[in-house]
Amino acid sequence: MEQFKKINSIITPLDNVNVDTDQIVPKQFLKLVQKSGFGKYLFYNWRYDENEKPRKNFVLNDQKFLNSKILITGENFGCGSSREHAVWALQDYGFAVIIAPSFADIFYSNCFKNGILPIKLDVTNVQKLRNESDEIEVDLENQKIKTKTEEISFDIDSYRKKILLEGLDDIAQTFQFEKEISQFEKNSKIPSVL
Amino acid sequence: MGKTLFEKIWDAHVVVEKENGPSLIYIDRHLVHEVTSPQAFDGLRMNNRRVRRPDLTIATMDHNVPTNDRSLPILDQTSAIQIKTLEKNCQEFGIQLFDINSPNQGIVHVIGPQLGITLPGSTIVCGDSHTSTHGAFGALAFGIGTSEVEHVLASQSLWLEKPKSFEIKVEGKRKNPHAVTAKDIILSIIKNIGTGGGTGTVIEYSGEGITDLSMEQRMTICNMSIEGGARAGLVAPDENTFEYLRGRKYTPKNYESLVEYWRENLKTDSDAKFDKTYTLHIDNIAPQVSWGTNPGMTCDVTESVPYPDEFAKGDQNQKKAAQNALEYMNLEAGTPITEIKIDRVFIGSCTNARLEDLIEASKIIKGQKVSEKVRAMVVPGSQMVKRQAEELGLDKIFTEANFEWREAGCSMCLGMNPDILSPGERCASTSNRNFEGRQGAGGRTHLVSPVMAAAAAIEGHFVDTRELDLD
Repeated sequence: MEQFKKINSIITPLDNVNVDTDQIVPKQFLKLVQKSGFGKYLFYNWRYDENEKPRKNFVLNDQKFLNSKILITGENFGCGSSREHAVWALQDYGFAVIIAPSFADIFYSNCFKNGILPIKLDVTNVQKLRNESDEIEVDLENQKIKTKTEEISFDIDSYRKKILLEGLDDIAQTFQFEKEISQFEKNSKIPSVL
Repeated sequence: MGKTLFEKIWDAHVVVEKENGPSLIYIDRHLVHEVTSPQAFDGLRMNNRRVRRPDLTIATMDHNVPTNDRSLPILDQTSAIQIKTLEKNCQEFGIQLFDINSPNQGIVHVIGPQLGITLPGSTIVCGDSHTSTHGAFGALAFGIGTSEVEHVLASQSLWLEKPKSFEIKVEGKRKNPHAVTAKDIILSIIKNIGTGGGTGTVIEYSGEGITDLSMEQRMTICNMSIEGGARAGLVAPDENTFEYLRGRKYTPKNYESLVEYWRENLKTDSDAKFDKTYTLHIDNIAPQVSWGTNPGMTCDVTESVPYPDEFAKGDQNQKKAAQNALEYMNLEAGTPITEIKIDRVFIGSCTNARLEDLIEASKIIKGQKVSEKVRAMVVPGSQMVKRQAEELGLDKIFTEANFEWREAGCSMCLGMNPDILSPGERCASTSNRNFEGRQGAGGRTHLVSPVMAAAAAIEGHFVDTRELDLD
């Protein structure tokens, strides 16, 4: 995974609450067996009409936001299915940061595995940033969002921060605990399935 | 201070603990299916890694398998590739697979308990959010993404932040247990706590309203924990739990000694504290029908489709969500739920496609015909459920009423196979999600119990099932 660098970008506002992973990437696109190429399916049914023409009133079709790397949205973003395809689609499309008052648990974990930083902020700060039309800076190292006029701090757990900043292979990290895992297995009460 | 059941299972599975960070948690059972696994196996191959514990890993194909004649080739090429890929991966990495022709094939959350793979006190994961179903047995079971599938395949463990604990007490007794079902209890809970109400928590369901339920009904409750935002839902195991798992195909040989241990240990201590609690009284609850585009948008069958203002209670975001939902669902606020006419009925999914669900639905269907305006189908949750139902003659009851009787799979719950709604079609569905386009682009889903789905199939619209002669 690539190291997560500072992000400078304008913000794409998606003013919906409870955006579910079926909306982020509809099921007809889950049949691919690779991780790449999902960006074109992002928010497919909101982005395109029945004739696959872009819907004018959907925010991703506004040229202004074409190169935006930051999505800001409503509470409980990413609820529903555990499909990581939703994160692959956001990442492939070009988003690196998602800001919301809250995220669904599985979606939140999935983000970190793919170099996307999900930031939880209180509703007041989300509202403030939502109306920000200039470029902002997201600085993961110092856990700060900088606008022209102010700085907003955010929380993130230290392990996940390290994984993103250093672009670490999660599994290789875990293999350092091989001895502990083997020891656990020796004492486990739950037998094999077969 | 005592511990909750969740804390006991968590503590028993901590491999590595870090201060102010996630813990490494051991995984006892890993269930794998065709849609969320191909990229995980690819990751293993790219890094020359093996599956650490194939003996704790079980695979089946359920999400995109066709539910018509299994002897026919799969017409959808991309689905066929995904299914073939799972076969190849299981062979290469030495994983037991219940393929499309196996008598054990079925929805992963139906077959786990049926085969005795699901065990109390264990940790169970699967690349599917409805893994919470297995919590009905007192297992800590939750859905994971594909990167985590790869992580578990490689290391049989996961880094997790400890969730908070949430007790949901279900008190009282239902007056009409045949008409007001486990599905109505869980829909009522979600309606009240909201779709984000359980975020960051593991729910433990307790109280008379839960202990009264059969194992299959408890699975319906735990299944939809995720629709309330919780990653997992739990019920403390009791004698019903132990009896259900006794003598199944993969029930462990030392089962009785495990039961002794579980009986003593798998319960919340009386002085344990939960981070959050909610109580639902079920004496007077009504059958539930969802009217909107998330499972929290649900009301009693005796009510009318709410006005956005009334639903939102001052929250502008919720008001907009309700307006969008009414537009998508093509419903007018103020319409009585019982006047909503349907085009399709789907009885199936990991929520409600077990034997009891089919028995309860068949009682309504027997000797009746599906409304001429409705197309109705039953998709049993597993091949085993299908065989058991056929032994009871349920297939005949359904087909004589003009229901389609199909092969096992996820089917129209998520419409990845050919079973989908056409744009604008309205469906009474026993599944778990009424999201836009979930059952087919432009399709409109109403979440209901199997009994309500059956009654709606006959009448062509929703009915108060308490008024039917069911006892």
